[in-house]
Amino acid sequence: MRRERVPIVALVPAAIGAAFFIVPLIGLIVRSPWADAVAALTAPETLEALKLSLIASLSATAVALVLGVPMAWIYARVAFPGRDLLRALTTLPMVLPPVVGGIALLLAFGRRGLMGAWLATTFGITFPFTTAGVVMAETFVAMPFLILTVEAGLRSMDRRYEEAARALGANRWTVFTRVTLPLIGPSLFAGAVLCWARALGEFGATITFAGNFPGVTQTMPLAVYLLLETNHNASFILSLVLLLISLVVLVGLRDRWLGSA
Amino acid sequence: MSLDASISLTLGPLDLDMAITVDEGEVVALLGPNGAGKTTLLRAVAGLVPFRSGHVRLDGKVLEDTVTRAYVPTERRPIGFVFQDYLLFPHLSILENVAFGLRSRGTSRQAAVEKAIHWLDRVGLKSYASSKPAGLSGGQRQRVALARALAPNPRLLLLDEPLAALDVTTRAEVRRDLKRHLDSFEGIRLVVTHDPLEAVALADRLIVMENGHLVQTGTAQEVTEHPRSQYVADLVGVNLLRGEADHGSVKLAGGQVVAAAGAELGEVFAVVHPRAVAIHRTHPEGSPRNVWSGRATNIELLGNRVRVRIDGEVSLVAEVTPAALKELNLVEGGKVWLSFKSTDVAVYPA
Repeated sequence: MRRERVPIVALVPAAIGAAFFIVPLIGLIVRSPWADAVAALTAPETLEALKLSLIASLSATAVALVLGVPMAWIYARVAFPGRDLLRALTTLPMVLPPVVGGIALLLAFGRRGLMGAWLATTFGITFPFTTAGVVMAETFVAMPFLILTVEAGLRSMDRRYEEAARALGANRWTVFTRVTLPLIGPSLFAGAVLCWARALGEFGATITFAGNFPGVTQTMPLAVYLLLETNHNASFILSLVLLLISLVVLVGLRDRWLGSA
Repeated sequence: MSLDASISLTLGPLDLDMAITVDEGEVVALLGPNGAGKTTLLRAVAGLVPFRSGHVRLDGKVLEDTVTRAYVPTERRPIGFVFQDYLLFPHLSILENVAFGLRSRGTSRQAAVEKAIHWLDRVGLKSYASSKPAGLSGGQRQRVALARALAPNPRLLLLDEPLAALDVTTRAEVRRDLKRHLDSFEGIRLVVTHDPLEAVALADRLIVMENGHLVQTGTAQEVTEHPRSQYVADLVGVNLLRGEADHGSVKLAGGQVVAAAGAELGEVFAVVHPRAVAIHRTHPEGSPRNVWSGRATNIELLGNRVRVRIDGEVSLVAEVTPAALKELNLVEGGKVWLSFKSTDVAVYPA
């Protein structure tokens, strides 16, 4: 089969663009001190950071599912005044610099924040500089991805299946769990994975709101950044681990993501 | 024991105002052209479309009433609904689809599965129990949809264009099956269709609606013998005229007077069968009392007959044999005379 020749005006910028992404990745792989890899990976600080990262990012995803799916459902199904404004506000963290998000969280839930002071005096609960604070910061930044993906799924599904279920005697909860959720399954899955990946890589809001205490709030990205000052090699190895995780997620998601975009 | 629905609503371009009753033991078809509001009426009966005023009562029990503001939600109405494209849940197996209504209404898993298998057996699809809907043909899906609607044993069975999604080759066979299942179902049955053949084949009584309003109701024979709208006349294939009767004649809206033997007094419909209309190249001399001139605007071959539409003072369709057409040397746009006897005009009150 004759293949169409790629025009030079497309080929050159495209090649430069591709190199821009690939060269740093190669750098990471080539310059990583493979000899130290095992030591760096099994160092207690690394394992601690990895464990904390997984726990916090999965918790953030769980919180995002519990709160975000109902939000998406209401955005997609209920017309109310101010819906567009509310949606814009609740998805703002997607475009907000994460550090600003962290500061906003401090002003709201910090020890002297709007809610934080009351929470601390009434219930003795404080969030900043705790693992719970890490989960909050990650949820704040990552949940909008889930909300938007699930809302898009709800809007594009054929709602007549819900009517068919109602005509068969299903109450609203049964309709939602047995028909709506399965039908938007791909969107739900994509939203959850995007949310988790974003939470896993979260840096700015976490370090601002939760700080950088090993074993408590020091997640992988924080550890990578900190190690850059003290231990280059370990930093490189941890970077590579994060890279691999991201790559697996991206390849696994590619079809769904491109399909829904 | 019956369904009694009176519904007024406005939905986009549709202005619907209908009152229907369906008695136990009869199959009623809602027949009408696309956009007449048949599906909307069916959905309103099911509680899926809100209406401005009216009521839905089943076996004397109020399901919805805009005066008392009573509303029984769809999921608590004893209905079975077969949707136009069936809407089988794509993520569930055939068995799970059929068991869905039973499970939703509180039947235990074990009993629901047993009953669903029984229903799949009745529609001849037991061996497909674990398949997904995507693996079935259109006709098979239709049978699953029917089994799914009937399994919870509803009082009222609503079917929206049950055969429209099928291709012509399977439609006749599926229609026969559907007729059999409709006959064996003991509740109240209401079928929406735009296909007169389907309506006549499935139903005991037709309710014809156009533009959201009732046109006429009756058995297939009553409807075809006394069409009350152009739509029905076109379906039956007869010429429908309307005018004021005056002892042996009918004066049309345009002033033309048609001789009609049976005409008495008052507003009437007059039906002339195309076979009773003769075509001539010159002004005919003879006994027919009705002679009009016009132009042949449309010549259509239908099997061994030719239907010729003639537009003129009185526009009619005439049906002749291909041989007669050849003899007349008739072409579209040609000037002709048409005639019919006053005894060939059937007259009945409008």
